[in-house]
Amino acid sequence: MKFSVFIAPKAIRSQLASSSKEGVVAELVEALVAAGEINAADQDDIIKAILKREELGSTGIGRGVAVPHTKHSSVEKLVGTVGVSPDGLDFESLDGQKASLFFLLVSPPDRPGDHLRALENISRQLRDDQFCKLLRQSKTAEDIQALLEEADRSQFGG
Amino acid sequence: MRPADKLVRAATAFQCQIELERAGQIADCRSMISLLTLGAMQGCELVLRAQGPDADAAIEAISHLFDSQFNEP
Repeated sequence: MKFSVFIAPKAIRSQLASSSKEGVVAELVEALVAAGEINAADQDDIIKAILKREELGSTGIGRGVAVPHTKHSSVEKLVGTVGVSPDGLDFESLDGQKASLFFLLVSPPDRPGDHLRALENISRQLRDDQFCKLLRQSKTAEDIQALLEEADRSQFGG
Repeated sequence: MRPADKLVRAATAFQCQIELERAGQIADCRSMISLLTLGAMQGCELVLRAQGPDADAAIEAISHLFDSQFNEP
């Protein structure tokens, strides 16, 4: 599943300000609300659900990447965004490394396969060191968006 | 994704190399990113392979995880 299918360009954040797991999740969910992808009324509930999922095991998958996610009945299709934390932060990742790249996903409860297909694409692209490095170096949301478009054209990974 | 997390935790307890294969694609059981690239969903067919000194024990432990459906509620 290509990034363009589930990443909302207007919700991309290149300079996350938060230095905690809770803060980053809130910042990215707020970005999805600001982009009109989820309703403001559901914001707190979605943040809570994502943090509850984190309690079952961190979604920090290694290589400085985390994929916080939840199912939520308020969305009709998979919606997601990307955030970069310039300094990185502790996300309790399996490999003990700080996380600096975040892909946050909210999926409809009746489509359990969708977020797996999104995770498949994210992890496949992230195996490419150059892609990771360029994402971390991105100064603007436009830079990130351009990298995702390049990845969708299969210029990274494969 | 939680099953992948459990697989990594189980695999890292062994010295041997442990691989999962789906439709010709091979993933390293010690790497979450590698496992997620399989896009494996419930019900799909996977091949488990281990090579090294404690390979038999690893196969047994990982198979047990699958058989117990990863102890998911």
